[in-house]
Amino acid sequence: MPEPALSEVEGCLCGGKPQKLVVTSASLSNPQVNFRKYLVLAGVTVFAAAGDSMLSHGMKQTGSISLNHLQGVIFAILNPWVAIGILLLLAFFAAYMTALSWADLTYVLPATSLGYVLLALAARFVLHEHVSPLRWLGIALITGGVGFIAGGPALTEHHDHKLAEPDEARATVAASGVEL
Amino acid sequence: MKALYTWSAILAIVFASVVGDVLLAHAMKQVGDVGALWRRAGLLAVIRRTLGNPNFLFGVMAMAVAFFSLLFALSWGDVSLVAPAAASLTFIGNAVAAKIFLHERVDRRRWIAASLVAGGVALLAG
Repeated sequence: MPEPALSEVEGCLCGGKPQKLVVTSASLSNPQVNFRKYLVLAGVTVFAAAGDSMLSHGMKQTGSISLNHLQGVIFAILNPWVAIGILLLLAFFAAYMTALSWADLTYVLPATSLGYVLLALAARFVLHEHVSPLRWLGIALITGGVGFIAGGPALTEHHDHKLAEPDEARATVAASGVEL
Repeated sequence: MKALYTWSAILAIVFASVVGDVLLAHAMKQVGDVGALWRRAGLLAVIRRTLGNPNFLFGVMAMAVAFFSLLFALSWGDVSLVAPAAASLTFIGNAVAAKIFLHERVDRRRWIAASLVAGGVALLAG
């Protein structure tokens, strides 16, 4: 297989640091998404939805901020809902970055959109708001799309095939005569 | 004229957030499995390595540009147009960019999923 071999060498060179080839046994023995990783993905979804709704609730209390009076933003942060919303969005960002460290962008992104579904469901069943048929269709589409992705592999990049098999990568590098 | 402004701002949002997402995804692949790194070297090492990655910093900057473009777009157009249009176009843009720049194998399954989610987001956020 000449093509993956080439990309492996490239990956090692552009990676720069040799320690990147050190892969823990945990990630080696379990390339599939495990329970802990599903928790991180759930965090991406829940934190984004909760953070956004707290933020929008708080911003409605503080009133609108015009571009000419940006100092209004500082007062907005003092609102507890806004503050909690920001903290939740920071948690979202951490979870999102964690997920991106072991999964494809096209795998993680649909998880963020599940937040819209959560918000619509919360609007219907917690706040007893009306959800139009068009929105139910939207919920169905997103859920279907996420289901499609979740059934496939989390990681498809060339880049990480060698990370999953460090010995093979080293062997390829050695065989190609490139020094690390 | 206002519609032109709004759509330019929407395209700016889409472009900036696609660039941001791709840079952040690339940065985190360079950082490596965060969970494994945390167990091996501790949380501080994770934070240091993430914040020390130039791609990560550029990605965050691109996200900031996307955020300010959103503010501009919202000052010109309705939220019911801007939010769903930006969100669903970003989805499609990300799938294309992930295939080209991140070399993700965006197969038929992922194309279908990306289109479904983009359509769903457009309906829900509208």
